[in-house]
Amino acid sequence: MIDNQRKNKIALMMIHFITLVVVLILALLLIDIFSRGLPYVNWHFLTGASKPFQAGGGIGMQLFNSFYLLILTMIISFPIALGAAIYLNQYAKQNWVTSVLRTSIEILSSLPSVVVGLFGFLLFVIQFGYGFSIISGALTLTVFNLPLLTRSIEDSLAGVDKAQLQGGLGLGLSKFETIIHIVVPAALPNIISGVILSAGRIFGEAAALIYTAGQSAPQLDFTDWNPFNAASPLNPMRPAETLAVHIWKINSEGIMPDVTQQSAGAAAVLLLAILLFNFLARFIGRRLFMKMTSAKAK
Amino acid sequence: MDNKLKQQLHTKSKTAKYEQRGKLASIMMLVLIMVVVLGIIGFILIKGTSMFFNDKIKISDFLFSTFWNPGGKTPTGNPAVGALPMIVGSFSVTLLAALVATPFAVGTAIYMTELSSKRGAGVLQVVTELLVGIPSVVYGFIGLTVVVPAVRHLFGGSGFGILAGTIVLFVMILPTIVSMTVDALKSVPNHYRQASLALGATQWQTIWKVVLRSASPGILTAVVFGMARAFGEALAVQMVIGNAALMPHNLVSPSATLTSVLTAGMGNTVMGSLQNNALWSLALLLLLMSLFFNLLIHLIGRKGAFKK
Amino acid sequence: MKNINTDEQYFYPFEANEPMAIATEALNVYYHDEYHAINDTSLQFKQNQITALIGASGSGKSTYLRSLNRMNDEVAKVTGTIDYHGVDINQPDIDVYEVRRRIGMVFQQPNPFAKSIYDNITFALKRRGITKKAALDEIVETSLKQAAVWDQLKDKLHQSALALSGGQQQRLCIARALAVKPEILLMDEPTSALDPVSTAQLEQTMKQLREQYTIIIVTHNMQQAARVSDYTVFFNAGQVVEYNKTNKIFTRPKIQLTDDYLSGNFG
Repeated sequence: MIDNQRKNKIALMMIHFITLVVVLILALLLIDIFSRGLPYVNWHFLTGASKPFQAGGGIGMQLFNSFYLLILTMIISFPIALGAAIYLNQYAKQNWVTSVLRTSIEILSSLPSVVVGLFGFLLFVIQFGYGFSIISGALTLTVFNLPLLTRSIEDSLAGVDKAQLQGGLGLGLSKFETIIHIVVPAALPNIISGVILSAGRIFGEAAALIYTAGQSAPQLDFTDWNPFNAASPLNPMRPAETLAVHIWKINSEGIMPDVTQQSAGAAAVLLLAILLFNFLARFIGRRLFMKMTSAKAK
Repeated sequence: MDNKLKQQLHTKSKTAKYEQRGKLASIMMLVLIMVVVLGIIGFILIKGTSMFFNDKIKISDFLFSTFWNPGGKTPTGNPAVGALPMIVGSFSVTLLAALVATPFAVGTAIYMTELSSKRGAGVLQVVTELLVGIPSVVYGFIGLTVVVPAVRHLFGGSGFGILAGTIVLFVMILPTIVSMTVDALKSVPNHYRQASLALGATQWQTIWKVVLRSASPGILTAVVFGMARAFGEALAVQMVIGNAALMPHNLVSPSATLTSVLTAGMGNTVMGSLQNNALWSLALLLLLMSLFFNLLIHLIGRKGAFKK
Repeated sequence: MKNINTDEQYFYPFEANEPMAIATEALNVYYHDEYHAINDTSLQFKQNQITALIGASGSGKSTYLRSLNRMNDEVAKVTGTIDYHGVDINQPDIDVYEVRRRIGMVFQQPNPFAKSIYDNITFALKRRGITKKAALDEIVETSLKQAAVWDQLKDKLHQSALALSGGQQQRLCIARALAVKPEILLMDEPTSALDPVSTAQLEQTMKQLREQYTIIIVTHNMQQAARVSDYTVFFNAGQVVEYNKTNKIFTRPKIQLTDDYLSGNFG
């Protein structure tokens, strides 16, 4: 009996200790990145062009590319994921067809991003002839993003009271219009949280982009917004190194004289952006929910 | 009047057409996703096997030879397309990372579900979610600037190698395993715990013999998920492993994984060449492993009858 | 084949010239192809009357109600005819949306959409092409008045419907159903989620609605059936036991089983 009590005490202490270690690792990780990176972050760094062979470059183009790719990816993947989620949550019957469809989404979500990137390279860059370009990158990221986004939208739809759908049907509305106009808006706070969270994932993804959006960031002319001009930031056919790819690239090449400082700064910015996405996902979702229900807790 | 009504009820309304179109559109999206999945598997299967069909390489030369220099010859005159160093490298970092991460992850998860206050668990939850979100290049960068020098300092050598890769992957898969283990522990009904405590078991005995045991399929799934993530992780590993396609002779000698050779090499080869085809065969291996992990998770899920 | 109860059935003898809103002939409902929820049920519902369906839970009364406007399409197999002014609306080529517009439904739990009060009522109308603001405003006002909730809501039409009380929400749902101008209103235990005061008010409203609509209401509350309805149907185990005028069924039921149920001996 005494022995058991002692064992109990020791084991519980071990668990506390393990948790402490995990928390410390994480805390040190964040502290390390921010303390090393933030001192380099200033306006010049955030907007300037990178200089491969000299110190003192910036990450302006890469930052822009990351956001542009993110937005394009979302525009392409949201309708697909929404449609798929609607079908899975509202129409699919419990049978083998559904389970094949579900399994294929599961497989897609478990594929390493480098495999998805190589597929994008084969299909979009080579077969379709889009080359290393924004559009190749966005399509590849769409493939990468679809399974998780579909699942998060599906979960959001499942959270909506079935009575809402019944209400629409009872009025003589079709199932689909009730879903689109009633159920989806009711699920919107959670859908938006899911979209923003997946935005964070896209923003930090690099392996899928190395061979699709390319590893170079040509100087852009920020006065030219015609997407058909070569130097226009909006041109979807230009190669576009993103911030995440940039960090990998300069570290594996190691030519840049201030590579450590540059990457520390870039990593801090990347992390900051992702923390911001995380925060926004929570905040916007909650605010929207309160607004829609007139702040009446049920 | 009744005739008019009859006609109205028998004609397909705009609403009915809308429903048909909407339903069709939504299933098309799902089919599109399935086509993409089949496309990925198909493309990589074709490219990945072309080395065996077009270049007449024997599968055994690919899987079991330790010489990797596609286009060149081994000392015995065979084509040097041996992927064994990368296979060993990938499995080593994956298994070691899972081995180190599991006790930490399970311990933290136990703390979150069994010991801590609701608030403490909430804070840890947020922390793990944030960690899952940290991009792999950031982990790679930390690995390069913190872990590699530390390993070099402590164990000598260049610091690059399996050990550095393991440490980086350990931190990367930790949050994944923690959050899934938390779900598994939470799904153990509370009356299991109460019954055990009522029988006079200590809290630790309850956790060890009741909670962990009944949650074990879920925990196993979490660990396999973590391993799948580690096996497929490319850039973070590539930045710290040293990228030498040699059999690792110890934990601190520069070596390689499937993913690291792929990312580093794909840009330097010409499509259709043997050098390039060999890389696609590595990609195929990676894909097959990912499918295998998927299957494993399914099997565990089916076996672990205790659910919900 | 025959259940013992089938021998003991009573149907109120309607005259041939009495106007009927809807009638079923040999209606059967099966769940999952096997569970026989409704067995060969033939009933007529008189126009501008309130007919209550009562019975223990699981007796099939709600299933029967939901079959009338094809709300069971996706969950059950329904055979037999549903006669609506000479048209069998239980045929596959019938447009169910048109059916549901003409035969509206109010549910057990108030289920207003997560929209404003105004949008709750106008949404279905807009989807059907009515977009003129003046027309919509008028429909909102009349249907809220019919549901006897206009005075309470007229000043907050653009606030969220989810902020209303349960009773107000249910009235809004009634107004929403009335706005598409149905002929029949099916109500599935509409007061079960409401407090006694709201329930009494809603029953008052139903009596007023009878002037213009045919109402079929499922209720587990026998007193409610006695208070509001003109006719009452007693269901047991998927079959009709007794269909009679309400004042008769509650004072001198024709069937012993009805008497047992109403006096609380089972159910």
